[in-house]
Amino acid sequence: MCLGIPGRIVAIVDEAAMLATVDVSGVRRTVDVVCVAAPGHPLAELVGAWVLVHVGFAMSVIDEEEAAATLKVLAEIGEAQAEIEAIRTGSVELPAAAS
Amino acid sequence: MRYVDEFRDPALAAALIREIEGVAHRLERGRDRPFAVMEVCGGHTHAIFRYGLEGLLPDIIEFVHGPGCPVCVLPMGRVDDCVAIAERPEVIFATFGDAIRVPGSRKSLLAAKADGADVRTIYSPLDALALARRHPDREVVFFGLGFETTMPSTALTVLRAEREGVTNFSVFCNHITIIPTLRALLETQDLGIDGFIGPGHVSMVIGTEPYRFIAEEFGKPLVVAGFEPLDLLQALLMVLRQIEGGTARIENQYARVVPDRGNPQAMDAVERVFETRPVFEWRGLGSIERSGVRLREAFARFDAERRFAVPEISVADPDACRCGEVLTGKVKPWACPMFGTACTPEMPLGALMVSSEGSCAAYYQYGGVRQPHADATPHAPKSLEATA
Ligand code: SF4
Repeated sequence: MCLGIPGRIVAIVDEAAMLATVDVSGVRRTVDVVCVAAPGHPLAELVGAWVLVHVGFAMSVIDEEEAAATLKVLAEIGEAQAEIEAIRTGSVELPAAAS
Repeated sequence: MRYVDEFRDPALAAALIREIEGVAHRLERGRDRPFAVMEVCGGHTHAIFRYGLEGLLPDIIEFVHGPGCPVCVLPMGRVDDCVAIAERPEVIFATFGDAIRVPGSRKSLLAAKADGADVRTIYSPLDALALARRHPDREVVFFGLGFETTMPSTALTVLRAEREGVTNFSVFCNHITIIPTLRALLETQDLGIDGFIGPGHVSMVIGTEPYRFIAEEFGKPLVVAGFEPLDLLQALLMVLRQIEGGTARIENQYARVVPDRGNPQAMDAVERVFETRPVFEWRGLGSIERSGVRLREAFARFDAERRFAVPEISVADPDACRCGEVLTGKVKPWACPMFGTACTPEMPLGALMVSSEGSCAAYYQYGGVRQPHADATPHAPKSLEATA
């Protein structure tokens, strides 16, 4: 829960609602990107960026190497699989924003 | 992947350890007890054990495993409150998987689910909000817990619920903040901590400024660190160098992820939605002033504590449990009579045994169940390679 996991933003789901699709080791889910959005810039600029995802929220933009290193640590301490499983089984996928 | 290799490079690790040994050797003279460096974050505790870092250090240096696992410090009474809310027929109780096995005085959330309560394991508070949209006839209660790392996610979800006009969603807020807790720890008379390794992800949200009082008021160094073995070793060396130089500063070893000023959007959401509680109870640590948050009045309709009467009874931990002393680094887990017998990861009695970030679970998993010498450093694999 506290460690989070790196993922790559692959698409913007809803610009107004600040939702994007993130690929986390092959598992996709919708995340909130408010915390990594640069004020005044379109979210599209984030596509392709690596972010640290905590409980469904992108909390920080990281570089690709940091992402790889973090994934490796998580795999070694046995948390990557747990996190990915949580995303896969624990999530109730959001409908495209209701607003 | 050069970068990854650099962080694993055995030669670099060996060089760092040699430097640590050098400082330790110089510091050792005239010292009758080890230098205790507390890693605050449960994620660090987990990594330290997993990579066997303790076993690589000279005896004069000791890691003390701090209270930075939010699941571990959740008091029994709050778990009872969760169960009471979850058992209401109209409620869908949504929780992170980490918290589902934490024992309450009556039962855990998992046991409540087995008894028929509608408890769902979710990955994100956004999932709880989605459940509320999908089940307009039910009351969806999200179990909000965690330090500053997860607090923004709850705050942003409440703001989203407000924007979307969702009326059947609320939060049972158990978020806690690390800063007052560190202060309370430092004010403990018999706490023999010489320096701190600061949490990486909490700091990503709050930055490094809030730790300043640790250096200025208490004269202790703190170095914010990442989660790689080399991050931790480097941070430890930075702490030791400060001790050797007689300085106390806040340093940032994890600058590649942690901006000194934190994340403004995250902090803004937290500020809008939450206010500090006068006091909050921690398992094993007792009541700590201003260490928890609750929803502001303006968000009362999303506050499960206001919407459902919860028992709010404070329940003492079983007498034999030594969770509090373990959490503050006063004793090692094996000093607890329950360790490995009445309390195991399969059947946890205390919360430190529940989460993989809890020090009892880490000792149980990596350190062996019994320790021959009460004061010995736990046996950890003498290797930087993670053991299977
Ligand atoms: S062994 Fe169990 S009861 Fe004892 S301190 Fe650890 S978690 Fe608490």
